[in-house]
Amino acid sequence: MAEDPKSPQPPDKEQLAKAANPAGSGTPDPSTAATPKPAAPSAEKPAAPPAEKAPAAAAPAKPAAPAKPAGPVPQPWDSPLVDKLKRQYGTGFESWTYLNQNYLQVDRSLIPTVLQVLRDEEQFDYCVDVTAVHYPKRERQFDIVWILYSFPRNERLRVRTQIGDGEHIPTASGLWATANWLEREVFDMFGIQFDGHPDLKRILLPDGWKGHPLRKDYGIIQQDQEWVQINLGIESGQ
Amino acid sequence: MTDPTSSVSHLDLEESKHTFLDANELVINMGPQHPATHGVLRVILRLDGEKVMGLECVIGYLHRGVEKIAEHRTYTMFNPYVDRMDYVAAVSNGLGYCEAVEKLLNIEAPPRANFIRVILTELNRLASHQLWLGTHALDIGAMTPLFYTFRDREEILKIFEKYCGARLTTHAFRIGGCQYETYEGFEKDVKKFLTFVAPKIDEYEELLTTNRIWVERTKNVGTISAKDCIALGVTGPVLRASGVKWDLRKAQPYANYKQFDFDIPIGQNGDTYDRYLVRMAEMRQSLRIIQQAVDGIPEGPIMAKVSKVIKPPVGEIYHSIEAPKGELGYYIVSDGSTQPYRIRVRPPSFVNLQALDLMCKGQLVADVIAVIGTLDIVLGEVDR
Repeated sequence: MAEDPKSPQPPDKEQLAKAANPAGSGTPDPSTAATPKPAAPSAEKPAAPPAEKAPAAAAPAKPAAPAKPAGPVPQPWDSPLVDKLKRQYGTGFESWTYLNQNYLQVDRSLIPTVLQVLRDEEQFDYCVDVTAVHYPKRERQFDIVWILYSFPRNERLRVRTQIGDGEHIPTASGLWATANWLEREVFDMFGIQFDGHPDLKRILLPDGWKGHPLRKDYGIIQQDQEWVQINLGIESGQ
Repeated sequence: MTDPTSSVSHLDLEESKHTFLDANELVINMGPQHPATHGVLRVILRLDGEKVMGLECVIGYLHRGVEKIAEHRTYTMFNPYVDRMDYVAAVSNGLGYCEAVEKLLNIEAPPRANFIRVILTELNRLASHQLWLGTHALDIGAMTPLFYTFRDREEILKIFEKYCGARLTTHAFRIGGCQYETYEGFEKDVKKFLTFVAPKIDEYEELLTTNRIWVERTKNVGTISAKDCIALGVTGPVLRASGVKWDLRKAQPYANYKQFDFDIPIGQNGDTYDRYLVRMAEMRQSLRIIQQAVDGIPEGPIMAKVSKVIKPPVGEIYHSIEAPKGELGYYIVSDGSTQPYRIRVRPPSFVNLQALDLMCKGQLVADVIAVIGTLDIVLGEVDR
């Protein structure tokens, strides 16, 4: 049980360190840079799966692993799709797979082209979700995540990019109409501006509200006192 | 907020310029306290006579900041919160969340737990569809189905109550399996319910399927094409009624749905009537699944080995299930601590509601009620 997860890991750590450093900003990023960490807890956590997934767990030991890994560590991911995109756009582009889920880490400047190519040429016709994650300690504070699905391929893919506070990002609502409300929610909760959006305004919070609640520096009981007093006629919403 | 015209900007801008010049167009506010909006939904309608030229939804009245709360709770503590999003299908929400965390932990629920999960989830799908049918028919003017469906839904809630003590926000599952073993006579109760409810579904159909008023009110109302559904990310019965044979239970099976034999009912026209037929057929398919599950339920443990303190490794996961309303997804980012770094819920109701504008354009104002009903939204989930 302890052999399976451990044997593929040492090379992964090195690979990861090499791959993550030139592209990442160097500051801690729970989702990519810190990935080697799980090595320690992984020994006790996957108590159940090794028994059932024995053949799958054995596979990553071979060098052909990146195609179908079962380990708990993100691994580089290769596929015709990735090859094609890499050939066209080269650097500023990484592909990973974690727990059988694939994702692309894309440079911000490439986002419009990559999304366009994914929809038009790679048949990712359904935009499941657009969301963001805030990492206040990082130089580029926000991860924006597009979760895509392709009906013809029955395949999911996440596209992720990093942007700084105050930076804008082009809208995807022209590619997938569903992105309209999803981007409005990201704007509402994180204050990220989407350029070219048909009607970027708050969706869940009231129009005049100050602050973006899902930012990490927004306290859990924080509220827009002024708005509450004026609009609800009460001292505090607490 | 007092001037409804100030919020109409997302509609076609060129059109709205004429709003003030063209005396035929009228902006009308519907809700947020309107009995047919199934919660607190405000819709701003632009009407030309009785024809809907466009509309805008104003939502957020029930916003509780579930995603923010999640970041301040442990994985276990957040579990009951998900029940309060789509509160008529709380079991489905719990299943999606528990499975997502299990994936992140790289563990799997034991087979017996999966069977219990499937039985309860499908019962909940049935209950959700029954509640939808009752209220939808009531909105359109047929009062009887409401009493029938609530009468029969009660039997499902009784099973939930006997199983876990709660009727609505059940918190039935735990990360790693189920907390409770089934009670004495659970299988018998479920089987009894199956024989009880099958003829009742026929009864609902007898009331409506060929009812002339029902057909008039639903055929060719709120039509949406498969292409528009996909572009708008609409999933669930609405997508299937437009002719797309796609159900996550088949496309990307979770729990142990692979083991069960069932069909995906689809419609052709994508109108309100087809959505009605699809959901009716889905109820019967759910019965089929429950029957197979309750017949084949194995003995064994109901919890996987999970440490008391749940601490997933650093990483992220997206997991989605076929909730009664459509694709319900959880995107969880872990920083290796006991609290999730971020949980994003992809709510089917929220995304489906976006199609309301398209589906109502060109329809009569009375049909807006029918379309809101047929989308089967739960505002608790839209606003989270």
